[in-house]
Amino acid sequence: MSTAEARVAPPGAGAVVPVARPFAALRWFRSELGLVFRRPRNLVMLGVLALVPVVVGVALRIAQGEVSAEGGAFAQVTGNGLMLAFGAFAVMLPLFLPLAAAVVAGDSIAGEASRGTLRYLLVTPVSRTRLLVTKFAVIAVYCLAATATVAASASIAATVLFSPDGMTTLSGTVISGWEMIGRLALAALYLGLGLSALGAVGLALSTMTEAPIAAIAATVVLSVAAQILGAIPQLDVISPYLLTSAWSGFDAVLRDPMAVSDLRDGLLVFAAYIVIAGAVAWARFADRDITS
Amino acid sequence: MTTDTKAGAPFAASPPLPESGTGTPVPAPPGGARDAAIVTRGLTKRFRGGQVAVDSLDLVVPRGSVFGFLGPNGSGKTTTIRMLLGLVTPTSGTRELLGVPLAEALPSVGALVEGPAFYPYLSGRDNLLRYDAADRTADPRTARERVAAALDRVGLAAAAGKRYRAYSLGMRQRLAIAAALLGPRELLILDEPTNGLDPQGTREVRALIKEIAAEGVTVFVSSHLLAEVEQMCTHAAIMRAGRLVAQGSLAGLRAGEVPRVRVETPDVARAARVLRELGLMDVHAGEGEVTASLEDVAAEHANAELVRAGVAVRGLAVVRPSLEDVFVELTGEGFDVDG
Ligand SMILES: Nc1ncnc2c1ncn2[C@@H]1O[C@H](COP(=O)(O)OP(=O)(O)O)[C@@H](O)[C@H]1O
Ligand SMILES: [Mg+2]
Repeated sequence: MSTAEARVAPPGAGAVVPVARPFAALRWFRSELGLVFRRPRNLVMLGVLALVPVVVGVALRIAQGEVSAEGGAFAQVTGNGLMLAFGAFAVMLPLFLPLAAAVVAGDSIAGEASRGTLRYLLVTPVSRTRLLVTKFAVIAVYCLAATATVAASASIAATVLFSPDGMTTLSGTVISGWEMIGRLALAALYLGLGLSALGAVGLALSTMTEAPIAAIAATVVLSVAAQILGAIPQLDVISPYLLTSAWSGFDAVLRDPMAVSDLRDGLLVFAAYIVIAGAVAWARFADRDITS
Repeated sequence: MTTDTKAGAPFAASPPLPESGTGTPVPAPPGGARDAAIVTRGLTKRFRGGQVAVDSLDLVVPRGSVFGFLGPNGSGKTTTIRMLLGLVTPTSGTRELLGVPLAEALPSVGALVEGPAFYPYLSGRDNLLRYDAADRTADPRTARERVAAALDRVGLAAAAGKRYRAYSLGMRQRLAIAAALLGPRELLILDEPTNGLDPQGTREVRALIKEIAAEGVTVFVSSHLLAEVEQMCTHAAIMRAGRLVAQGSLAGLRAGEVPRVRVETPDVARAARVLRELGLMDVHAGEGEVTASLEDVAAEHANAELVRAGVAVRGLAVVRPSLEDVFVELTGEGFDVDG
């Protein structure tokens, strides 16, 4: 008969304890990843992230010649195509990228709770720790995909619209196009991890509510508030501890030689946020009553 | 008193089952955990805000039983089930499933808790595959097969590829039952599985539960419908306002209730007098009929005496007490009073 048929337990016999199968964690991770990456809303967000560099590139191309001697990253774009990617990061860091991270992270637990699927996952059973770890892994992959999307879209747009030969670093030296691509990948990785740290905060907030939109909004508000605090000169003392200030450290890859220690400091800040937010999430979630 | 015979031969080897018609909760027998599918001792939940949802619950669910967990809305059934499954931490007391620690028991437990819950934009099949992927003990190679078999079993094979969003209430409920049947189970915990179903769907679900129980799976099913428990279950526990009122086999529960006799006659006054003289209690004279509690008088004896007294008896029937009578007797109120 069918395998779905329940097994007959002889009375008095102890329960046969089912054992975990190899790669079970990987199987579930892939399943969760599929859920996030098949969800229309999440795909639309990636699409928008891909579109922004193209729009900026086209606008600059049209304006080419009219504006020439202005400062900022974009001023170099017309001469150094790949600079478009770094300009796109700078433009999208205040809101677009954090929003993408917040939507996926804020929804991670609260979305399951509001749908009621959380109770069924937990009785499957999935341990609460395993649930948090898997959800965070998926958030991190989405954040990395978001920055990779921006980098890829900007690179392609730049190649089509401008001449992508060697470019000038912020230090004034010239590096080759290939090395530039390597550095761009590094920046995307760095920012992806930085967004993952915000994602960890969103995950923690997501364990505290059954309304995903509340967790998403709270995450975005925190990120915007941190950026405002980081922009106030009188508050410079706290700036090194702000996640958002560490994000802007990505331009270290644009110096020659690369400011590796800046990147390292930023990564330490990211790691600290992930550890602390993870601990908060675990403390809140480990023995919470699931009444949704 | 013997154990309920409805369960038949497969459960003959079961230990003596707790029975109660006395109205006091039966204390858990010592060492009962091995032979019981569920044992709770003093299980209590006080929610923040002080509301006591479940109060010192001592429940023993024998293996192989179809156990009806009966109580009006708000009596603490869902809260109890959430505690059994580890979703809610008890304020005090203990519970044990299948005689092993909860994490070891859960893979062998299928559950339906407070209605179905799935991803609306995934198909029924993909939703089940998703829950299956979360189960570390599930074999990925047989996942599609098991999902198809479970869908087939609840009659959803044709709608497997449809989005959950487009499912009717009955289909959703059946999908939830399919999810509970994905793996090999020793215990099913079903919280009001017929809620929201039409009469046809209700019949199907009841038939399915009986079929599953016939395979030897213990089924713990909550309900606020007395008739449902009487039809499906071998055992029952009755809850009221968070407290266990009684538990045991259906026969045992009813045993505390004395059957009544109903006499149809045009001669109401005389019949009532004869029955009283015979020693029957609680005699009610109605329109063309008299009912009375039989006590230990045999119905045929009452009939003979009525006829001897010249009462024209048109019909005489023994009315088996229902669970509702048990509930009313134990609590002094109707079943559907508190919400
Ligand atoms: N999360 C909660 N917080 C506070 N009270 C609750 C909560 N969940 C349930 N209750 C209360 O506990 C009691 C029992 O509820 P429940 O277990 O859902 O009953 P049933 O399933 O029998 O209808 C009810 O009075 C309900 O209001
Ligand atoms: Mg309920």
